[in-house]
Amino acid sequence: MIIGEKKPLDEILEMISEYKKVLIAGCGTCVTISYAGGEKEAAELASAIKMADKKAGVKREIRELTPLRQCEVEYVREMEDQVKWSDVVLSLACGVGVQTMADQFSGKRVLPGVNTMMLGSHGADRVFKEYCGACGDCILDETGGICPIVRCSKSMLNGPCGGSSNGKCEVSPEIECGWQLIYDKLKELKKAEEWDVNRPPKDWRSSWHGGPRIVNKESGKRKAESEERE
Amino acid sequence: MKSGSNLEKKLNSGKFAVTAELGPPRNCDMSVVEEKAKILKGYADAVNITDCQTAIVRMSSITSAVALMKQGLEPVIQMTCRDRNRIAIQSEILGAAGLGVRNMLCLTGDHQKFGDHPEAKGVWDLDSIQLIAVVKKMRDEHLLSSGYDMEKPVQMFIGAAENPFADPFECRAARLEKKVEAGVDFIQTQIVYNIEKFEKWMEEVRKRGLHERAYITVGVTPLKSIGMARYMKSNVPGLDVPDSYIERLSKAKEDGKDLKQEGIQVAIDIIDRVRKIPGVKGIHIMAIEWEEAVPEIVKGAGLK
Repeated sequence: MIIGEKKPLDEILEMISEYKKVLIAGCGTCVTISYAGGEKEAAELASAIKMADKKAGVKREIRELTPLRQCEVEYVREMEDQVKWSDVVLSLACGVGVQTMADQFSGKRVLPGVNTMMLGSHGADRVFKEYCGACGDCILDETGGICPIVRCSKSMLNGPCGGSSNGKCEVSPEIECGWQLIYDKLKELKKAEEWDVNRPPKDWRSSWHGGPRIVNKESGKRKAESEERE
Repeated sequence: MKSGSNLEKKLNSGKFAVTAELGPPRNCDMSVVEEKAKILKGYADAVNITDCQTAIVRMSSITSAVALMKQGLEPVIQMTCRDRNRIAIQSEILGAAGLGVRNMLCLTGDHQKFGDHPEAKGVWDLDSIQLIAVVKKMRDEHLLSSGYDMEKPVQMFIGAAENPFADPFECRAARLEKKVEAGVDFIQTQIVYNIEKFEKWMEEVRKRGLHERAYITVGVTPLKSIGMARYMKSNVPGLDVPDSYIERLSKAKEDGKDLKQEGIQVAIDIIDRVRKIPGVKGIHIMAIEWEEAVPEIVKGAGLK
């Protein structure tokens, strides 16, 4: 899922300073699970803004609404009346939700109340870790199911580097060395010989480096590749 | 001969090779490079020029190499994958080879978080093993990574680093084998202090026959102070500094000895021991911001 983090209140107050009718739009999926932008966080943020406004003598109306998903047009369309009432939408969805919402309501500013962090999952209770870099050409079958693109700080395809120490990355003792994890996993699977392969440079065209991607299910083409295929 | 460099000739001849390291300045003062080159002249078969080591911005390795060559020294340019993609890397290699550089060390590079621009974007398009293969292809097949035929090979003696002390220890000789498979000609190891552990690594290297497929040279760094030893022990990932060195320096201090001399002697003692290990073909002296120590070490170790 997409992991989000709440933006600091001061940053949000600054963003909405010129608006008098603010619709806080939570999102019921990823950011709910990552404690960043669900119904609960939307209510908490509404209270916090109201308190800050009261203290500063600011007059502002706040409403909240949390659809199941802001990244799907049909759920976003259902919010139309509330969006029309507002003079700005403060979205607590990931960047995808913020932009889907903005696409649907022309002339309406949609502000981000959350920082979109990564594609990840629970590492421990209330701790989320990055798992996927969405590179568009998955090699988890080659690396024991552990992604070197984002779980190695240098995206090495032939790790570990010389900075791996006691299972930790040179970047921080809190980061596990992705290649130690790969090595251990392959051994556990009795496939240690798969580590011995020299992997050639990656073709990054399937990733964002090939330009913003479009996956067309109708034609079966990806934008980044279509020019070459034709 | 693959490159025609002095370093290659020396290693091919079976003689014990000495390389040293030169850190370029954090400004555009070329005289710093020239002064350091003067100190090292005559004491090393080739001199590595670091490529923004620990991710700190310094004068570029290839530019400094030109100054070095003017003084009659042979450079080993270092190239990391941190700051350049494959387009920039190959372009730099063409430039270096065109200027007459014949040795190159292929490195993945320290993470940008260690340097003076931790907010920078890292590139990491290639890793060190892929970089070795890219240079080898440019030399042996005169092909770019894309397959474009340059019709003229890049003459380069290809080096790489390997850290016998990083984890997991059991895959370290195997990782060296990957570099050998990729086409490396010589290796400069991470700084060796823990000789017992290094011997174990070399045993595995010999078992795999890697010492016969690439020249192994050993990284040696004189300890400038007790503080430096402690810092390296606790703050540099993948560096193994046994307590005995800290004790030796502390004792020297108690006895009123010159600590810098003791630090140089430590390096000489390490060289004396590692050069007896079968498969070791040379040493690489990294006297960090202390190039003056190199002549004393080389003379003290009887290598000059």
